[in-house]
Amino acid sequence: MNKIWLIIQREFLNRVQKKSFLITTILVPLIFPAIIGGLAYVAIKDAESAKADVVHVLDESKKFTFEDGKRFQFVPIDQTLEQAKKIYNETNDFALLYIPDLDINKPEGVLLYTKENPSIDKVGDLESLIETRIHDLKLQEYKIDEATIKSLRPQVSLKQFNLTETGEEKSSSAGILYGLGFGLGILIYMFVLIYGIQIMQGVIDEKTSKVVEVIVSSVKPFQLMLGKILGIASVGLLQFSIWIILISVLSSGTLAYFGLKMPQKQVMEQMTQQMDKNPEMKEAMDQQNSKVGELLGNLSEIPFGKIAFVFVFYFLGGYLLYGALFAAVGSAVDSQQEAQQFQFPVTLPLLIGYIGLFMFILRDPHGSASFWLSVIPFTSPVAMVGRIAFGVPVWELALSMLLLVGGFLLTTWIAGRIYRVGILMTGTKVSYKVLAKWFMMKG
Amino acid sequence: MNALIAKNITKRYTNHTALDSVSITIPEKTIYGLLGPNGAGKTTLIRIINQIINSDSGEISVFGQPLHSKHVEIIGYLPEERGLYKKMKVGDQLLYLAQLKGLSKKEALARIKVWLDKFEIRDWWHKKVEDLSKGMAQKVQFISTVLHEPKLIILDEPFSGFDPVNAQLITEQILELKEKGSTIIFSTHRMETVESLCDHIALINKSKKILEGPKKQVKDQFRSNTFIVEHRGNHFSLPADRYELIKQETIEDNLFSSTLKARDGIKGNQVIRDIIDITEVHSFQEKIPSMADIFISLVKGEGDEALKKHLLEL
Repeated sequence: MNKIWLIIQREFLNRVQKKSFLITTILVPLIFPAIIGGLAYVAIKDAESAKADVVHVLDESKKFTFEDGKRFQFVPIDQTLEQAKKIYNETNDFALLYIPDLDINKPEGVLLYTKENPSIDKVGDLESLIETRIHDLKLQEYKIDEATIKSLRPQVSLKQFNLTETGEEKSSSAGILYGLGFGLGILIYMFVLIYGIQIMQGVIDEKTSKVVEVIVSSVKPFQLMLGKILGIASVGLLQFSIWIILISVLSSGTLAYFGLKMPQKQVMEQMTQQMDKNPEMKEAMDQQNSKVGELLGNLSEIPFGKIAFVFVFYFLGGYLLYGALFAAVGSAVDSQQEAQQFQFPVTLPLLIGYIGLFMFILRDPHGSASFWLSVIPFTSPVAMVGRIAFGVPVWELALSMLLLVGGFLLTTWIAGRIYRVGILMTGTKVSYKVLAKWFMMKG
Repeated sequence: MNALIAKNITKRYTNHTALDSVSITIPEKTIYGLLGPNGAGKTTLIRIINQIINSDSGEISVFGQPLHSKHVEIIGYLPEERGLYKKMKVGDQLLYLAQLKGLSKKEALARIKVWLDKFEIRDWWHKKVEDLSKGMAQKVQFISTVLHEPKLIILDEPFSGFDPVNAQLITEQILELKEKGSTIIFSTHRMETVESLCDHIALINKSKKILEGPKKQVKDQFRSNTFIVEHRGNHFSLPADRYELIKQETIEDNLFSSTLKARDGIKGNQVIRDIIDITEVHSFQEKIPSMADIFISLVKGEGDEALKKHLLEL
């Protein structure tokens, strides 16, 4: 045990003292705030420069009135089309909309002149504005009044609740859960892959530098393998903790910095001033506020403690399970290139878990595919953390955890048997048959 | 007491037998040469003693106790394929390897200092192994093998990679370790080393031990009552029923070297008496086979059949 501890220490210190460790540990967290900061910067620039596009409207039918909105500002033109074109050409405005004297039952001949190719979004928005107007006009034709028309377009936002078995209502938010599952699942996938490959690399290094024979004359091969896996795990945990702390500090820092500059704040202030004058707006605002409250409420309902525990458990379980396999692959080969043929089958189940996360877990967290993915030990590390936020029955979680523990004990045992033979074999052409032979070989 | 006794060690792999019921006895405080051509099974035997691999059958005892995992701390092993962590500093590396052998950090540090001083390489402490030359790395590796003052030291081809100066340095260290009471197992196919250093030898060929014993005794067994005489004039007529002239070479003008084999029971003094009357003798010596001769004759199967039989009866 003391010797495993020595090995863990060496693996840990040797990596942590490297310059590359320092650089990646510091640079990676800088990338995220840089991206967030960059995006926020662009968003602010956009928002500041975002004015509604001006659309000249030449309406020969005299039936269309458009209200100015966030996206478009409408300027009515009362000229011939030729003159309207000329006027439009002298401006920098977005477009000229020509509506001929049309029959609302057969709305044809509407033309849009622009200087640049407009985005599909904008064209679509204009189309739907015209469609809505025609829709309204038709309703008016059927003698339906304005108020009824308005009431025909209700605003609905689904408020979500989970009904627990005890009949308790818990509000939930699919969006937050999706984001959480997505983020945590990817984090585990990355961790297992990055550090698993480091284990493999370390084993190959020891084998090719021949130092392994000296080491195994002092410790059992299994101890060496375990020490290496655990040592690299501690490096990974340290690096991830530093990342999480730095990312959250720096990200919230940049967000706070840009947040103050956000034009929304000014908009909000203006709105509050106007609210007193306009009761309808106040109503809309209240609705908005209650939505924010709901969101915060949902956040507080998510069992973060439980998620954190499950995350760390699967983080380590998945790493140990795959780490042992990566060690076995490293022991069997003589070089990194040779390792590739075995690396793929090892990472395949991990990849399946990763793909399953998007295809099943996040779409249908309680379906049978999701169940199996989050219970089978090879896919469960990615799948279960992706699923946990959606709520997983206790028995399923217990089963999955138990199987994961069993899974990594099994892979460690198998890997250990291959490893003890493999590390001393150089220049052997390794195939699955050879690996099986090593596995079966007596002490 | 014997440092190591191996009894009927057998190790089989799927396609071949690496060791076939090999037994050796290594007396304490000796330098024991384990000889054999490449692929004979030396390294397998050494790995079994080091508990890197297990034998299929047979027993090993170390200083009177059955081999146990705690014994790794009294064994020092220098593998044929040398290797250290390339990115690790010399000092850290020695410290790590010594601690794996059960030394405390404090003790290990003190001993590393002594050894670095002894080899006059104290300023290497912070050098990375990858920055050392091959010979320099070998020195570091030798230190790592003996730092924990093992009672049993196993050296696999210890001189490969050393220049003559460093080989001499290492030889001195090996003799000093023996003086201090260590038992040394030497695995090699280089006979000059065996000739000068070993007290005992065992010869392994094709997975089997074919010879073992004190060096002197082994050599005596291979004496074939053959003598080399340098003499002036080649008028040489010895009684054919007593002597056989194996070969005669001209050294220089009228000076010859003759190799003769005397019939069993005729001792050296009798040979001198017989030839001194016939020719002018310049020198006389008994031809004692070198270890290389014995090695080659046994391995190639060209040895005297009777001798072989004699050896097998041993």
